[in-house]
Amino acid sequence: MLIGKSPKIPTSEINSETTYLNRRKFMGQSAALIAGASLMSTAQAGLRADDEITPEDIVTQFNNFYEFGTDKSDPFENAHTMTTDPWTVNVSGEAKKTGDFAFEDIIKGMTAEERIYRFRCVEAWSMVVPWMGISLKKILEQFEPTGNAKYVEFKTLVRPEEMPGQSSFFSSIDWPYTEGLRMDEAYNPLSIMVTGVFGKELPNQNGAPWRLMVPWKYGFKSVKSIVSIRFTDQEPINTWQQLQASEYGFYANVNPSVSHPRWSQASERRLPSTLFNTNRRPTLPFNGYAEEVAHLYKGMDLRKSF
Amino acid sequence: MAKIRPNNTLKLALAVLASSPLAWLVYLIALEIAEPTSGLGPDPAEGLLHYLGEWSMIMLLVAFSVTSVRRIFKQPFLATSRRMMGLFAFAYVVLHLLAYILLYVELSWQLLLKDFVERTYITAGIAGFLGLLAMAITSTKGWRRRLGQNWLRLHKVIYLVVPLALLHLIWLRKDGFGDIALYLLWFAILLGERGYRVKRFRKAAT
Ligand code: HEM
Repeated sequence: MLIGKSPKIPTSEINSETTYLNRRKFMGQSAALIAGASLMSTAQAGLRADDEITPEDIVTQFNNFYEFGTDKSDPFENAHTMTTDPWTVNVSGEAKKTGDFAFEDIIKGMTAEERIYRFRCVEAWSMVVPWMGISLKKILEQFEPTGNAKYVEFKTLVRPEEMPGQSSFFSSIDWPYTEGLRMDEAYNPLSIMVTGVFGKELPNQNGAPWRLMVPWKYGFKSVKSIVSIRFTDQEPINTWQQLQASEYGFYANVNPSVSHPRWSQASERRLPSTLFNTNRRPTLPFNGYAEEVAHLYKGMDLRKSF
Repeated sequence: MAKIRPNNTLKLALAVLASSPLAWLVYLIALEIAEPTSGLGPDPAEGLLHYLGEWSMIMLLVAFSVTSVRRIFKQPFLATSRRMMGLFAFAYVVLHLLAYILLYVELSWQLLLKDFVERTYITAGIAGFLGLLAMAITSTKGWRRRLGQNWLRLHKVIYLVVPLALLHLIWLRKDGFGDIALYLLWFAILLGERGYRVKRFRKAAT
């Protein structure tokens, strides 16, 4: 097993605030990785001195995954009913290779590397999570998107019999849960498809068998349990924008200066937070990944394209 | 149903019932203090706010129900418990507001003011709280006597407070509207009962 610094994100190494967390803890667990992918290298892009990894039971038991209910404990309690094997992914739109693919075939021979990322929810709480993931660019390129592919859209599984939130009468979400990225965002080295966490297989409640992870955007962009990938020349309408366009946009970049009607985004509670110390800290532009991604938005008014 | 005469045991039982969610909360906080995240979860600020928010809403509707229940089940003794239930509702709202001040804006009056101006659900919540505050302050015998007819008029503000609280909840909720549907139905039934009384009263008067 090779543990090396990621060659992709060199900025993390020259950042004086950057620190490398103890990786040894994760090395021992790598054997549990899913078939077809193995741990090869470690990357902690832009981790800061005060970024402590959130305990595993919080990462896996405190989730927003409305397909399983709206309480944050619902996904942990309900998601075990979801069958993730077999898992078929439909690829469509502006690409040469389209059709139905078995999930294992898509990631066959690919390397899941560890990426410790800050994870910022639009509800003003955050975590630090050691994901295991594969470069999204690598995954998408095998479908050979054409020049018309300006955006890529992802959809979550719809299976009401296994997902109680989808059969709930009191939900106003039009399933499937839909998200999207601009192609250059998708091709950014930070963008990964997550297949594991804490050196283990990804639990259902975290979006098994695979989910997106774009750490400079609010958590709702990082769509879970993906069954559809569509390349398109039109900006996809993501689920939250569809529900409440005045509050949620397409980009959803973490931005302390764009206030949300429900939550001030100026600060966040880093979990675990306690009654006597909420562990509140200022929110960073692009969730602290400005060096890696700010260039993607040059010339855009991010107050309007929120 | 037999008429129950006013008695302190019953009132005490009601008080115990109304404070049981608080007792449970004390237990959760004790767990939390013994071992962080064990009582209120990894984000106790939100956990506490939501717990107290839900019970504020329920107690508000309970207090608003006392008069209807008294009339429907012909139990005049309940009239003596209305004030107590109203004050319980107020207490939950005060704790909810306190949790917000301590754990959300963390004692920053500037942030509170900003929230009040920028976030309509906070505006509605605070307006509702102020209405309840006026009712709570004037809930004593002395104030009741001093205000005379105006006391009844002032306490009609409950007809604004409940919709404001419901708006607060509707505006802040993203999805999962089951409990809100129940609260709305509950409120509608109570309004219906009052409307029915008014109509009958008018008919009897003509
Ligand atoms: C009039 C009385 C009030 C009632 C009945 C009430 C009720 C509620 C309810 C039911 C919730 C939602 C709980 C959940 O979703 O599980 C809530 C949340 C909340 N309330 Fe209130 N509330 C009141 C007043 C206030 C006031 C005065 C404030 C602050 C100024 C406030 C601030 C909040 C906040 C910040 C949340 C949570 C938002 C989040 O999810 O982050 N409320 N309230």
